[in-house]
Amino acid sequence: MIDLSNLNVKGSDLSALTADNTALEIKNLNLFYGEKQALYNVSMKIPKGKVTAFIGPSGCGKSTLLRCINRMNDLVEICRVDGNIELQGINIYDKSVDVASLRRRIGMVFQRPNPFPKSIYENVVYGLRLQGINDRRTLDEACETSLRGAALWNEVKDRLHDNAFGLSGGQQQRLVIARAIAIGPEVLLLDEPTSALDPISTLTIEELITELKKKFTVVIVTHNMQQAARVSDQTAFMYMGKLIEYSDTNTLFTSPKQKQTEDYITGRYG
Amino acid sequence: MENLNLNRHISGQFNSELESVRNQVMQMGGLIEQQLGDALSAMADNDLELARKVIVKDNEVNQFETKVDQDCSRIIAKRQPAASDLRLILTIMKTITELERVGDSVVAIAKMVIENHGKKVPSLIGLENMGQIVLKMLHNALDAFTRLDINTAIAVHNEDKKVNRQYESILRELMTFMMEDPRSVPFVLNVLASARAIERIGDRCQNICEQIVYLVKGIDVRHATEEEINSLIE
Repeated sequence: MIDLSNLNVKGSDLSALTADNTALEIKNLNLFYGEKQALYNVSMKIPKGKVTAFIGPSGCGKSTLLRCINRMNDLVEICRVDGNIELQGINIYDKSVDVASLRRRIGMVFQRPNPFPKSIYENVVYGLRLQGINDRRTLDEACETSLRGAALWNEVKDRLHDNAFGLSGGQQQRLVIARAIAIGPEVLLLDEPTSALDPISTLTIEELITELKKKFTVVIVTHNMQQAARVSDQTAFMYMGKLIEYSDTNTLFTSPKQKQTEDYITGRYG
Repeated sequence: MENLNLNRHISGQFNSELESVRNQVMQMGGLIEQQLGDALSAMADNDLELARKVIVKDNEVNQFETKVDQDCSRIIAKRQPAASDLRLILTIMKTITELERVGDSVVAIAKMVIENHGKKVPSLIGLENMGQIVLKMLHNALDAFTRLDINTAIAVHNEDKKVNRQYESILRELMTFMMEDPRSVPFVLNVLASARAIERIGDRCQNICEQIVYLVKGIDVRHATEEEINSLIE
């Protein structure tokens, strides 16, 4: 049999990821909400410095999986997790792991912008103040770098001490991203970051995501398939708690291997 | 993904849009097949009337191309097709371009019939034979498109070798004519042009079949070797 794969432009080969360029490795992850199993034996490697998107219909477990990555599910009482998620070789579910410091390394941004009722400046430096950093110059610098990193600096530089609630939805979302990157995480988790935004703000955030991956590993959950196609390097399609297909985005959106993936991304009923 | 399941989109409107462009390609294909058949008959019977009819009718072919192209761009803009839907639209857009060019070659054959009318032109069994092979190729390629039949597509793809061999032997035959009687050169050149047109139609059919393989398998075989393509036969 002749190998035809070389006839087609190949995307990144996920199976060939080495430990060096893997940011996260999920191994046989099962998750239960009480009796109900929400994730079934999910295993995947998330490459460093890339954007990985999780797509799938409502209730397929993509947000649940994302929340596992910085242990947000710990807050849900009936939730039970087994399996490993390794951040640079260390299982984040290990008893010795401090959740607060884990969340400093893995930041998260939610669907609705959730700035604190403080000034723009205080929002951005909030995490640093929590760490006990109060030196004015350090904070000023971190504030500017983060706001620039979140493509918001030019819009807010003259009103840093205004209340953050005065910003538009799109600006608030970028502010929240600035707050997340201010503490210098390795991984950024974005849970439907644009679903509450208008198309223009959405494009600004998407543009920002491609910038962010130069410094961070980005994992994004989105309902908008075209968005996943536009911003991500690799896409994971989930269905009913199972990881159905995980491959580079170009392949997944032109020639998916699994019929379920095909049906979902082309808008067919299964 | 052998079956495209065009009628299973959640959006019924999308179903009918895709169905409609696909039907138009089949209609366009039917028209071209008829045009090619007519041009070959006109050539065999030296039928001026039929040749003129073929030339006039090419306009319909061109209109089909514009219309299907418009419909496809509209679908891309409004529906952002993905996976097999995307491959279907891309295949259709490329196929109609090929079909339109087949139409141009058919016109070239018809023009040759008109120009050489009443002149003593060497009759070539090989030319007619090649025309029939190409007509069959076109028919089968369109059939493969309709049924998404990859085996037929590959068979048509392989058939082009025969056409190329025929073309070369015709070329040699025509050269002999020209050397024997230099006065025949202008007419022979005309015959040569139509032989070339027919040979090109064979290539176009090959291209259409490569698109069908892409549509069904998602593999681009445009520059693959024959061996590689044949390994896809099911």
